[in-house]
Parts: sequence; C-alpha cells; structure tokens
Amino acid sequence: MAAAGGARGRTSFQRRPGAGPRPPALPGTRPALRRGQLLLSSGLPSLDCVLGGGVAVGTLLLIEEDKYGLYSNLLFKYFLAEGIVCGHELFVASAKEHPDNILKELPAPLLDDSHGKELGNEAAAVKSEDLQDSMKIAWRYQNLPKMEVSPTMHTKFGHYYDISKKMSPELCQSVKFHSFYLHEELPFEPKMKTWNMNSGYARLLQSIQRIISQEGFDGSDPQQKQRNVLRIGIQSLGSILWGDDVCCSDTPEDPQSLTKFLYVLRGLLRKSLSACIITMPAHLIQNKAIMERVTNLSDMVVGLESFIGSERETNPLYKDYHGLVHVHQIPRLNSLICDVSDTKDLAFRLKRKQFTIERLHLPPDLSDTVSRASKQDLAGSAKLLSSGCGAMAIGKKHLDF
Amino acid sequence: MGGRPRAAHAQPLSAAGPSALPAPHGAAMLAELNELLGAAPERPDAGKFTLLRDTQTDGSFLVHHFLSFYLRAGCKVCFVALLQSFSHYNIVAQKLGVNLAAAKEQGQLVFLEGLQSCLDLLFGEEEQPGQPNPLQFLSGSSPDLRALFDFVRVSLSAADSWKGPVLLVDDLSVLLSLGAAPVAVLDFIHYCRVCVCCQLKGNIVVLVHSNEDSEDEENELVVNSLCHHSDLILWAEGLATGFCKDVHGQIKIIKRLSLRQAAEQDVVQIYQYKIQDRNVSFFARGLSAAVL
Repeated sequence: MAAAGGARGRTSFQRRPGAGPRPPALPGTRPALRRGQLLLSSGLPSLDCVLGGGVAVGTLLLIEEDKYGLYSNLLFKYFLAEGIVCGHELFVASAKEHPDNILKELPAPLLDDSHGKELGNEAAAVKSEDLQDSMKIAWRYQNLPKMEVSPTMHTKFGHYYDISKKMSPELCQSVKFHSFYLHEELPFEPKMKTWNMNSGYARLLQSIQRIISQEGFDGSDPQQKQRNVLRIGIQSLGSILWGDDVCCSDTPEDPQSLTKFLYVLRGLLRKSLSACIITMPAHLIQNKAIMERVTNLSDMVVGLESFIGSERETNPLYKDYHGLVHVHQIPRLNSLICDVSDTKDLAFRLKRKQFTIERLHLPPDLSDTVSRASKQDLAGSAKLLSSGCGAMAIGKKHLDF
Repeated sequence: MGGRPRAAHAQPLSAAGPSALPAPHGAAMLAELNELLGAAPERPDAGKFTLLRDTQTDGSFLVHHFLSFYLRAGCKVCFVALLQSFSHYNIVAQKLGVNLAAAKEQGQLVFLEGLQSCLDLLFGEEEQPGQPNPLQFLSGSSPDLRALFDFVRVSLSAADSWKGPVLLVDDLSVLLSLGAAPVAVLDFIHYCRVCVCCQLKGNIVVLVHSNEDSEDEENELVVNSLCHHSDLILWAEGLATGFCKDVHGQIKIIKRLSLRQAAEQDVVQIYQYKIQDRNVSFFARGLSAAVL
C-alpha cells in the first residue's frame, strides 16, 4: 500500500529530499488518495460508510448525544477501542468519569472475523435465492439492485466489537494512554496566560498541546522513525461538569468559550496526526445559536436520537430500531465534492452484541384491521420522516379503503 | 416544476450536462460562473464588494472560484483564511488550475492562516513588538479587530507590479464565534472597504453563513448589514425539497444596481448547480441533466 508520506496532505510535514526509504505506513489507516487524506476507522464500519470512508486524520467528529447518553457513549467507546486494536495512542478527557474507568469498559474486539464471515454468508445465501426465482409479474423490477439494509464496505477496514464482553486488560495496556480528568487537575497556575476562556477548556487545550508536541505527533522531531496517530476522545463537552453553563441557561455567561475551544482544537488537529471524537449533550443546549456555531466549527456532526421514553418506542413503525441517526454535516475537505452515501434516513439498532447503523426501512402496512386511531398516529409519525413512505395514508382524513 | 424563469441576460445556458464551452488551455476557476457573472479574468473589476452567502449548504466552492479567478487575473490577493488550512485550498486550487504555493512565493498571494496564527498566539512565545499577531483580539487585550485590519492594509498597500489588490475572507462568521462583537466585525469590514475599494481601487470578497430562521442574531445582524452595502451577492442555498443527488443547490445572483444609481432596480437571477470534481455546472431551475 502506498506509504503515508504523500497522502498526509494536511499536516505541515516536509519530506526532506534524499531522506532514504519512505517510512512505513501508519498502522490502522487507509489513504483516500483522491482527496489526499488519511482515513481512520471510527470503530463502527457502518458509521465509516456514513462518514464517507472513515474519520480523516486532522478532523473532528462531533456526536450530539441522545437523551440519556447511552448510545453516544457506545460510539465513544468504539472509537477508543478501535484505537487500541490498531495500536494508536489514546488521549481521553472527561469530567464525568475517570478515564481509567472508561478504559476498563471498552468492548472486546471480534478478532477471528466470525462476524464478517456471517455477513458474507447471509449476503451469499440471499443472492443464490434470487437467481432462482425470476419475477413473473413485476418483471421490470428484476434487474434493480436489491436493497441494502446496512451499508457495506468493499474493502476490509475497521473491526467489529462484542459489547457483551470487556476488552482484556493486556490489550488495553498495549498502547500508550494519556488521560485528563478535570477534577484531578492542578488548580490554574496564575502564570499561565489567561486566555479569556473557561478554565477547564483552557487546561484541556494546554494538556492536548503538550502531549502533541512532546510525543512528536506534529512532526517536530524529524528523527522519529515510527510515527503514530493520536486518538483524542472528549466526553460530554459543554456539560455543567466542565464549568460551563451553556447547557443550563438560555443566556450563558460566556457563550464563546465553547466555540473558541473548538477553534483552537481544530488548529491543533490540523497540525498533527490526530483525530478527535467529542460527545456533546446538544439536547440540553437551549441557545440554538451556539449549536449552529458549534456545527460550523466541527468537521463531521452526527446526532443520535433514541426512542427511549418517547412515543416512538412503542410505535410499530420503529419496532426494529432503537433510534435515529441524523447526519448534520460532512465536510468537503481538499475537494469541491464530498463522498457521502445517498441514504439520508438512518437508524441505529443495538442487538445483543452489536451496534449497527442502518438505512431506515419501514415495514409494509399489511394489517387490514387497523383501527382508525392508530392509523392516524402512524400517519402522523410517518409525516415526520424525510423520505416519502408511500405505503401509509397521509393526514387525518377519515377515508378507509 | 413551473416554467422557465425569465433569464435577465440573453446568453444561452448549457443545460444539457457538462458545459458545451470548449475549455481553454489550463481552464481555471469555474468557467460557467464567469459567464453568468459576465466577468473575465482579462478585465477584472475595480472597487467592488462581493458578498458570498450560504444557507443550509456549503458555499466554499465560490471562495475557491474567486481565489483562482483573481490569481489568474494577475491581481495581488490577500486571503484571510480563518477556517481551513493552506493545504486544503492548495489542493482544490490545483484542480482548478492555479498553484497557490508558487503564487505565495512570488508574492502574489498573501495567505493568513487563521488556525496557525491562533496557535502561535496562545501557545507561542511572547510576540515581537514589530509584528503583532493579527488575531490579537482572541487574547482579550483589545476588543477590536484593528490588528487584523493593519495586517490587511500592510499586505495590500505595498507597491507592486500586480494589478489591483483583492481581499478575500473565509469566513466572517467565525470571527463572531471567536468573541468579536458584531460591531467590531462591521467596523473591520468598513475600514477594509475604505482602504481596499476606495483608496486602492481593489475588490473585496467575503463569505458568511446565514440562515433565515436562525437564532443567531449577531450573525444575522452582520449579514444583513453587509447585504445592504454589497455590489454583488451570490447566495448559495440548499434545495427546499431536501437532498438531491443531481442538483446540489440553488444560487441566487443579485446585482445590486440600486447601490450606485438611485433609480435602478436590483437584478436577481436564480440558477441551480451541481458540483463535480473539477467543475461546477449551472443550469436553469428544473433543467438539470438528470431530468432532460
């Protein structure tokens, strides 16, 4: 595979002429040559497809948390677990849980590829069935591609994890791990420059910058032969535990701290071999202007909406799923276009061992004794979907065919 | 799909797929957009303020277009790039036929990388007195954007052999997120306009984000004020009907003739566009290649 030297378009590395053999490719990365980017897996292959191949080195993935933070926490752990399996270094920051505890809770990887084989077997079985029956009535639809439920990648990139098992401590210890737990940090030294920012955020930025320059992720040490990628994970940024009241009040005291933090973080990421995931309790932020600015300052923004506690939990339309996935932004970096999939209606589901993101597929309305009230409920919630689901009666008309 | 819109200019549009115009050697910028605007790199305008606005979509292709257009025209460009790194613009500009690194070395392009300046300010050593950091307002010492304006003025006023100076800003809404007050941002633009457009007879192109039902009042204030003072507004919007694979958005071109002459009306043209790897194709509403 082409070495990473040419594909790192975004960092400030300069390849010295006559520098000898090219350094080996970075572990766990895949170049996207058309855009001159280096991609990492987010830990969830279906999310990689949604993001256009993966998380690019130097970018920020913002996850808007669902109401109870359960599923966004899973995505956070997948990202970190993928870092361990690929051998990247980790930096975990949190004000809620101690990062060592987060590390203990990571899911175990399915390294024997049994899941990958299962998916392959299912797809093959389905294809062989198809070849046998040819359509007799709707024969014009014979040659249309079969609908793909879960977006699949053609090349093998990313791993699968089993959330019912924890990652073994030996595997966890195999990578270098840096942590930042807000409540254990030393109080703000007066000689540090006051940045006009929330002190928790300022300390976090200084910590990140120190790790990046000390460990050489920004290419400051040209003698370093073995380069690696730093995966940064920040949990629940913007919540009250960070000392920011953006989530509790409509007119926060310092609304610009969060956006300044994201801007400086973007600067640090663009100048180093790192990628960052941030989960943010967006549903608590009442001032929508701040969320708009935060979205503009992040590269990829994915929002999770879980059905827990809402009326959709018992809605038969959504019986297979646990929530919806909204992709708010995909960047166009190094190119005029961006590679995104065409499916915009995505939902996620948490099976016993697996978390997947799939295309939202509504089941056909086969029941002929649907009562009028429930049919109106279904129609009402069907209107909220962005794709046209023509099978349902729309509106509150009392027409029953 | 309601009939063809009344096109205000008589030039035919290439509605069927890729542009029918032969691409000149080393075609740079977006040739179709030049045709729609009536602009040519041989005779760039002077003293114009162009506002690029995007709503619910990414209007950065317009920034790439103007950057390569003015470099092609031989103008001296001061690019205040607040949101992305140099290599991002470089890679896209190469696809459009312009080499930013060479332009920078020859002195035609003065590139301010906002992200790098910010890091230098916050993590670097103490600044030298002769070279203040353009993004000084971040550290809170001065609430206005004077240092940024001084940077622009110094880089464009140097006596050079290039044609008229151009200031390009991507994007202005970020300054509000970084703590600048809306009045400070408007003052900065006003000073720049006096210096670049009036004194130096150059052009300014600025990108802002806006949203009609946005709750970001400061941003809307800045955008509305800029709209009133611009000579040309290019407004890229996402389609109201949602995502479409073949039509990526709609662009409104507003030529503000009423700004210069009291009796004139503004000319508004609306087209739809599709962005490809090296080109953006424009067509009248409803006449996308996928439909014909």
